[in-house]
Amino acid sequence: MRHRAVLDVSDLPMHGLEAASPTWWGTFGFMLLEGTGFALVIAIYLYLLSLAPQWPIGAQPPRLGPGTILTVILVISIVPNYWILKWARERDLRKVRVGIVVMSLLGIAPIIPRAFEFPALGISWDSNAYGSILWTMLGLHTTHIVTDVADTLVLAALMFTRHGDNPRRFGDVQDNALYWNFVVLTWLPLYICIYWLPRL
Amino acid sequence: MSTSDIAPDARDTALQEKALAERLASLWATPRGILGALSTVDHKIIGRRYIVTAFIFLLLGGVLALAIRIQLARPENRFLGADIYNQVFTVHGSNMMFLFAVPVMEAFGVYLVPLMVGTRNIAFPRLNAFSYWIYLAGGITLWAALALDMGPDIGWFAYVPLSGPQFGAGKRADIWAQMITFTELSALAVAVEIVVTVFKQRAPGMSLDRIPLFVWSMLVTSFLIIMAMPAIMVASTTLILDRLVGTHFYNPAEGGDVLLWQHLFWFFGHPEVYIIFLPAVGMVSSIVTTFARRPIVGYLPLVLALFATGILAFGLWVHHMFVVGLPRVGESFFTASSMAIAVPNGIQIFCWLATLWDGRPQFRTPLLFVVAFIITFVIGGLTGVMVASVPLDTQVHDTYFVVAHFHYVLIGGAVFPLLGAVYYWYPKIVGRMMNERLGRWVVALLFVGFNLTFFPMHILGLIGMPRRVYTYGPEMHWGGLNLFVSLSAVILAVGFVLFFYDAIRSAFSGEIAPENPWGAPTLEWATSSPPPSCNFERIPVVSGSYPLWEEPHALSVATGLRINRRELLVTSISDASPQARESSPRNSIWPFLAAIASTVMLLSSIFSPWAVVWGSVPIAVTLIMWFWPKGTPEDIS
Ligand code: HEM
Repeated sequence: MRHRAVLDVSDLPMHGLEAASPTWWGTFGFMLLEGTGFALVIAIYLYLLSLAPQWPIGAQPPRLGPGTILTVILVISIVPNYWILKWARERDLRKVRVGIVVMSLLGIAPIIPRAFEFPALGISWDSNAYGSILWTMLGLHTTHIVTDVADTLVLAALMFTRHGDNPRRFGDVQDNALYWNFVVLTWLPLYICIYWLPRL
Repeated sequence: MSTSDIAPDARDTALQEKALAERLASLWATPRGILGALSTVDHKIIGRRYIVTAFIFLLLGGVLALAIRIQLARPENRFLGADIYNQVFTVHGSNMMFLFAVPVMEAFGVYLVPLMVGTRNIAFPRLNAFSYWIYLAGGITLWAALALDMGPDIGWFAYVPLSGPQFGAGKRADIWAQMITFTELSALAVAVEIVVTVFKQRAPGMSLDRIPLFVWSMLVTSFLIIMAMPAIMVASTTLILDRLVGTHFYNPAEGGDVLLWQHLFWFFGHPEVYIIFLPAVGMVSSIVTTFARRPIVGYLPLVLALFATGILAFGLWVHHMFVVGLPRVGESFFTASSMAIAVPNGIQIFCWLATLWDGRPQFRTPLLFVVAFIITFVIGGLTGVMVASVPLDTQVHDTYFVVAHFHYVLIGGAVFPLLGAVYYWYPKIVGRMMNERLGRWVVALLFVGFNLTFFPMHILGLIGMPRRVYTYGPEMHWGGLNLFVSLSAVILAVGFVLFFYDAIRSAFSGEIAPENPWGAPTLEWATSSPPPSCNFERIPVVSGSYPLWEEPHALSVATGLRINRRELLVTSISDASPQARESSPRNSIWPFLAAIASTVMLLSSIFSPWAVVWGSVPIAVTLIMWFWPKGTPEDIS
């Protein structure tokens, strides 16, 4: 078919940010998908709770210590995470480098209390259905943290190479920070389910 | 010209058409050889592979269906034993749903959506390559297991406790559950790609009200996948945990619950039917428009009907569980929404009929398939409304009435439009036409064979024949009808064989297809058949819903893109105004290697839970290599 030029796009930027970036939307797509997964796991928890004559089944409610420490770390991490979003938008390489190191540390930090959370549940996954769903919730969220930390570490390494100073990388940093918010956000209902519902 | 001779900022603006075509061909090409084949990220090559693979699974599943029909042709037949029969119907059902129907619909989306919205590749092309390999691995797993007499034998919905640790000995149920993980992973990846492609890569000017209906249908389907498939992944994962590490999700003795499985399964399973059916609706709309030679009647109602179906689909899951005894109000609610879904379906049928009525319909093979579809689907829909009512469902539950009903919906509602779509888009994909005369025979044989095979099953169900029985006694008096059904299945099989014959033969000796053999209005027909590796040498600009009808002689295009990197346009969601010239990734072997690593991990985890830990290491390595920038012009911005 013959072509007729009607539009000149030569002045457009060579990479879009945020709503103009496909990866930004892709990140939202994956959040929707994983969010549905978490919602279903919570639904299973509530379903089993509604069936059980008493809850928790055959155990004391989990000890609050490690889970609460983890929650505090996660909530605090939102602040530097907000900064790094802002610096990435301003394309300030120096600050983003500092920020991504901080975020790497704040990503690793919660893994330590998490290791103590499993014993603090006070029940094994194979004791009964209550134990099974608790371990599944924690396991799933741990996978969530670990994959995001791995991603953050790789990105941190990348920011210190010659590939770092590139609008595309700043976009990656934004997507990564967005995803971290999601990791924190999904934890809050899980925290309430695991630690507070059995205490009601 | 190699990339190094070109000024980094060179644009396509001044280039002659021929020089531009050569330049883009070398930029977007898939190299020859095995490495090229494993590394390609071209959505057309991957889409083609998906389609061919899915049709091979259709063929294999059809062979199992014939085995079932041979076994049931006579009372007390000994062709298949009870255990083999269980494996055969389970693998037939699981294969048809998870390896054929859903993937084939997504496959058409992978191939067509980027062309129909006028872009050069799908969003996240490497993820797309990954998804195909994962899908293939899942399919091989299921069939290899069947060949080794390890095939799942628990029915395609794998109800616990039958599939649980207590009754499901061996690895059969684990194979089923892991096959689910593979196929859902790939389906979810493709769904996200399609959503982003439709949101962000539409040709400039293709505002929401100008999106082709097939693209709308794939968009709604993708959202259904994103919202529904996590349920089956959660279900299959918890099942595997119960079986392998001793959790108690489905064990009532320890606070678990067997109905939980049914809720999770049908929360996915009902939308699944619409995941298969909505793309078919989109295909029908495309075919009807082209062959009625007029714009579709009721574009807006059709789009709204897609959304309404998508939303109602989630209100329906409980109707598969009426007989398990749920609260009365609940049952009424779900009966109401099961019946409500007939409304958008009715609207669609009326819009298509009105379009044909008011147009100048040309009854070529694709349109004949649409006619076969409409008739069959109306019958299937009617029996559907019947089983949506609790008293009736109680009567026919788990009988051949249900088998008849869902084959009417699946074959009549999805396979007929799909075959119409094959006849319709084949020239674009292969570059040659299929045979019109054979095509008419295929439609006739399939339509007659199908109705003769499946209509009597309604009656078999009403006179009490349960599904999933490997044989029956002569005193039941089901023998005559069963023999009739089995003989009719031969007609159906001949129709399918003729179809495959035509498809294969035409690839070699079909008439050469021009750019737009049917005089169709949408963008995929504005490029050569088959399209060049970059799809469009210049990205189209759209000013109406039917670009090729509105401007039949010249395609409006954009200029000013770079020619030293793979580049396409990103546009805004609602009015598709250009926002950026974005790069599109080059070929890479890493998605293939990541898929191998994932396969090793998933299969090993059936045998040892620790595989999840050590198996993650190679996956992480391949993913890092996949994403690490290689300093190509695509990475510049
Ligand atoms: C090509 C011709 C086909 C024939 C003759 C056929 C025949 C059958 C029969 C007789 C059964 C019942 C087995 C039993 O309950 O013992 C069955 C089950 C089933 N079929 Fe088909 N089928 C065909 C194609 C398809 C297609 C195209 C799909 C899906 C897109 C499909 C999906 C299913 C499912 C989901 C089941 C249920 C399996 C189960 O009970 O677990 N079939 N088929």
